[in-house]
Amino acid sequence: MARGVGIEEPGSDKVKELTVEELRAKYGSGLAVQSEENMLLSMGPQHPSTHGVLRLLLELDGESVVNLAPDIGFLHTGIEKNMESKTYTKALVMTDRMDYLAPLSNNLGYIMAVEKLLGVEAPPRAQVLRVILTELTRIASHLVWLGTSALDVAAMTVFLYCFREREYLLDIFEMCAGQRMMASYFRPGGLWRDVPEDFEPAVRRFLDFFPERILEYEALLKENPIFLRRTKDIGVISAEDAVAWGMTGPGLRATGVNWDIRKAHPYLTYDRYDFDVPLGENGDVYDRYRCRVREMSQSVRIVQQAMDSLPYGPVLTDNRKIAPPPRSELGRSMEAVIHHFKLWTEGFSAPEGYVYQRIESPKGEFGCYLRGNGTANPARVHFRTPSYVNLASLPNLARGLMVADLVAIIGSIDIVLGEIDR
Amino acid sequence: MSDVTTGELFYQKVNQAFPGAIDRAVEFRGEHTLVIRQASLKDVCLLLRDNEELACNLLEDIVADDMLPEFPRFAVNYHIYSIPKNHYIRIRVPVEDPDDGPETLAAVWPIASWLEIEVWDLMGITFKGNDQLRRLFLPEDWQGHPLRKDYPLGYEEVQFSFNWQAIDAKKPYAKD
Repeated sequence: MARGVGIEEPGSDKVKELTVEELRAKYGSGLAVQSEENMLLSMGPQHPSTHGVLRLLLELDGESVVNLAPDIGFLHTGIEKNMESKTYTKALVMTDRMDYLAPLSNNLGYIMAVEKLLGVEAPPRAQVLRVILTELTRIASHLVWLGTSALDVAAMTVFLYCFREREYLLDIFEMCAGQRMMASYFRPGGLWRDVPEDFEPAVRRFLDFFPERILEYEALLKENPIFLRRTKDIGVISAEDAVAWGMTGPGLRATGVNWDIRKAHPYLTYDRYDFDVPLGENGDVYDRYRCRVREMSQSVRIVQQAMDSLPYGPVLTDNRKIAPPPRSELGRSMEAVIHHFKLWTEGFSAPEGYVYQRIESPKGEFGCYLRGNGTANPARVHFRTPSYVNLASLPNLARGLMVADLVAIIGSIDIVLGEIDR
Repeated sequence: MSDVTTGELFYQKVNQAFPGAIDRAVEFRGEHTLVIRQASLKDVCLLLRDNEELACNLLEDIVADDMLPEFPRFAVNYHIYSIPKNHYIRIRVPVEDPDDGPETLAAVWPIASWLEIEVWDLMGITFKGNDQLRRLFLPEDWQGHPLRKDYPLGYEEVQFSFNWQAIDAKKPYAKD
């Protein structure tokens, strides 16, 4: 059976005293230690403020961080390798689990890559519904970010308010897909099924009460002197550094770089809607906070316009080689039965070739590299996850600051460990 | 999406500066790829970054691909984007020997050193000049590179009564 780790045979000398140098080399995790006199502290994988199982190896001179190195891999589940042994539709469910706070966004990236590779397009109703659900997912993800990062700087009220709002969104997802979080609602060729009748009133009601809730959160934080002291001019990164270190999403827009994939390379129906892209100036924690909160308001605008322009029609493409026929057809048509059989037993096969689909996920640029080889399983799937790349900027953001500032900075770059480790 | 003139623009600029570098140019589903020889990778990337018309300042991702049973077996894809010009290109480098991989692009885009660690960890392609290559996703003492095609998916053996002792002896948990 496959074993990667060198399993020690019984009787071997497993326990060995390691010298300090060997320990540093083994567990130092790529930290270039600046001085022997500084303390090495592991802001360990279990920590309430690291937003997941993230281990940061800090080199501390008293309270200030001289250098730090992230050590990840505690949540690595081999999603990319696993997907190579599943069909395209079955592999979809694994994508939810990466950025588990914005699962429909991951679904969208993967499904659009599959559709690009196959050369199919979803029908118009499915595209608009995808936009609506993706923007609601963006709001849900930003609510968790706001709640947890405010909690890290000890604003506990915001945390509970955000999760109260999120409950409403999770109810909407459950109504559509049957699942609160890991929806897997988007399928190659469209959606799993049409949204129920309660969808429209529920979304409209959300759009009615949510904008004033955003004002409530801002009232708690925007001019709060404690919050300003904790976030203004903390964790500053310049625009050139941000781009050079691959930072994307609200973190990049907070430095003033106007780049949003929804505007630069519009996908689905984003080019039809009127929305702004919030930008910051300083690139500090406060600007990243302001960008994300304003993005929530812009998402509300997009959902409003999308709901007003939602067309009628099918939600799954007619291409029976990709999308299954409706159950009612199975009684009447032999071809439908054959298509259904082939799709359920074998799955559709994709042509040879490789594509890369980029979307604007709540955390930044989410990309899916997909290579097909003529079979029903993907030959290679790779996800360019924004949290993994944004994490590389963390040493630049936090050098010279105190540990308490580091906590605020980790909150502001909005990382999700499922996405980093995959 | 890149339109034809963008793909041609990249091809012309790179071909003009480094005539022998491009192996071929591929266009599939509206995306343009330049297949570049391993030796000229860093020069081409410096051109992409510094040329005013190309102005590629963002390295989005480094993706390694194992094309077994094709030869050359590995390919490293660089997805490069230009924020000022709003265009993008994929540079694909075929790699025959994973221990003798392409040169690190950390001097061109600093994020490359971080992205290359993942490639080494999971696929085993060594980037020359990158001293940060280490086990990041996998435990420090892991052998092998899981994303390769000849690395099995790996299952845990089921402990039935007939093989209980044998598996128990090999299982790494705290025994007395």
